[in-house]
Amino acid sequence: MFDQQLANGIFLGAVYALFAVGYTLIFGVLDILNLAHSAIFMASSFVALALVRHGMPFWAAFLVATAFGGALSVVLDRVAFAPLRARGVGGGALGPLISSIAFGIIVVSVVRGIFGPDEVGYPTGAVLSANLHLGHATFTAIDLSVLVISLVMMILLSMLLKVTPLGRAIRAVAENTKAASLLGIDVERTIGLTFLIAGALGAAAGILIGAQFNAVGILMGQRIELKGLAVIILGGMGSIPGAVLGGFLLGLLEVFSVAYLSSSYRDAIAFAVMFLILIVRPAGLLGKRAARTA
Amino acid sequence: MEWLVHFYALHSKLIDQIGINAIFALSLSLTLQAGHLALANAAFGGIAAYVASLLSLSRGWPLSVTTLIGAAAAAAVGAVIGLPVTRLRGVFLAIATIGFGEIALIVENNLSITGGAEGLSQIPNETTTWKIYLVLAILAFFFWRLRRTRAGWAIAAVREDEYAAASFGIDPARVKFWTFVGSAAIAGIAGSLYAHENFFISPGDWGFSRMIDILVYCVIGGAASPWGAMLGAAIISLLPEVFRFLHDYRDIVNGIVLLAVVIFAPQGIAGLWSRDQRGRKAAAAAEGQSR
Repeated sequence: MFDQQLANGIFLGAVYALFAVGYTLIFGVLDILNLAHSAIFMASSFVALALVRHGMPFWAAFLVATAFGGALSVVLDRVAFAPLRARGVGGGALGPLISSIAFGIIVVSVVRGIFGPDEVGYPTGAVLSANLHLGHATFTAIDLSVLVISLVMMILLSMLLKVTPLGRAIRAVAENTKAASLLGIDVERTIGLTFLIAGALGAAAGILIGAQFNAVGILMGQRIELKGLAVIILGGMGSIPGAVLGGFLLGLLEVFSVAYLSSSYRDAIAFAVMFLILIVRPAGLLGKRAARTA
Repeated sequence: MEWLVHFYALHSKLIDQIGINAIFALSLSLTLQAGHLALANAAFGGIAAYVASLLSLSRGWPLSVTTLIGAAAAAAVGAVIGLPVTRLRGVFLAIATIGFGEIALIVENNLSITGGAEGLSQIPNETTTWKIYLVLAILAFFFWRLRRTRAGWAIAAVREDEYAAASFGIDPARVKFWTFVGSAAIAGIAGSLYAHENFFISPGDWGFSRMIDILVYCVIGGAASPWGAMLGAAIISLLPEVFRFLHDYRDIVNGIVLLAVVIFAPQGIAGLWSRDQRGRKAAAAAEGQSR
């Protein structure tokens, strides 16, 4: 029982973390709460499903749809954020929040128009569904792949941010846009690439969760959007390790609360934790930002 | 005249809906005027709707009484939540209030007194068009007068610059707290009117997407202007009717209009012809809201 719950919590947490990493990356760099991230997550999941249905193997569909998510995220930046940036509207303002909501509405509406409002699943045999055993826990091959892919992507991201020139540029822009620009960093290009990475991560999370639960639906974005917020608040806004930690913690908390307490309040856990963290320690577990006014 | 009667008979539901949405928009505009983004108005509307509906169903009290008690309940919850959260800055306040809204929803979904996920039905249909617009007129008058009072100046001062306001002896925390509580009360009135208009309420009526709708009204109209908020509510409530022919793609119009307003008319529609420089500046300040 315990082993099984632990495994379930880790698998759930991996996807939460992967979704939240992209979310928090944008916040860390631009101070923007990107409410269109979940729309990209959902749209990419549909793209992967459509490709598999047209006969593409899952791994190839995963790569193509992930790239699609990254590209859509760049479009999001150009359409919804770049014009506001050009006008000098900073993060933390109402403008970018609203324009990301608007972009999200457009994406959701197009996807609903193309794929319809119903939840759909993958064709049988399209994703690995063999059962595996470890200790007393049983899980499927896709569960394990989700965990492995998530971990690999998150490790690659933190290495990219730490050691590559692009990573240094992203961190410089996050620190101070003007100073970064004075140092010869192409700020707009760096921001564009940041959106590409964040979108690809969100897309990967969407594709994996769609395959894992074998359900792709228009509401999946809405469902994870607010959970993702809880994760990045728990971990600390803008902190990548925080988002990873927060994702796994929330996954475990939810699974164990269903197992040992009650299932009806499962979704309340995320928001109760988020609310408490904001009041007690708004910087989150690993964040440094001051969230309170003097 | 006959034309008017006919028009009303055909569209009374929509006219009522616009009025209720306008009250919701006014509730959010109160906190926006003080320069902070709190996103729990839908939840407060829901709390009041449940309280008022339960009183109507069990006691048979009239709409005016149940609405006032519902709004008071929303304000009381607002005060409890407001104490800790109005100290948070910018985006964090928004997130905390979203979290509170979700918790309220889950509680409503699980309590037996609220009817769980199925909600409450057979709520007496006591809301009428004149009652909605009477409330709206009273609120509009209140907002119009507010600008000229000490409280109104304090609200404007906190929006423009919290630190400067503090140096004039205004306590920004107090302003934020009371606008939050007032906003909850007004949202509560709207929620109760909604419940008694529609016979039926369920937790889904008060979720994040409803909150986004209310935010959209205010942004489209002009973030910090009560007139803009009401105008925005009217326009956005009408859009789906006008674009009915787009079927499944109907929402796309909402998204495009919203995006266009944020990018090309950041002061909202009210700001487009506003000669009132103060209003313009106020809206600009709300947009570039300090964190």
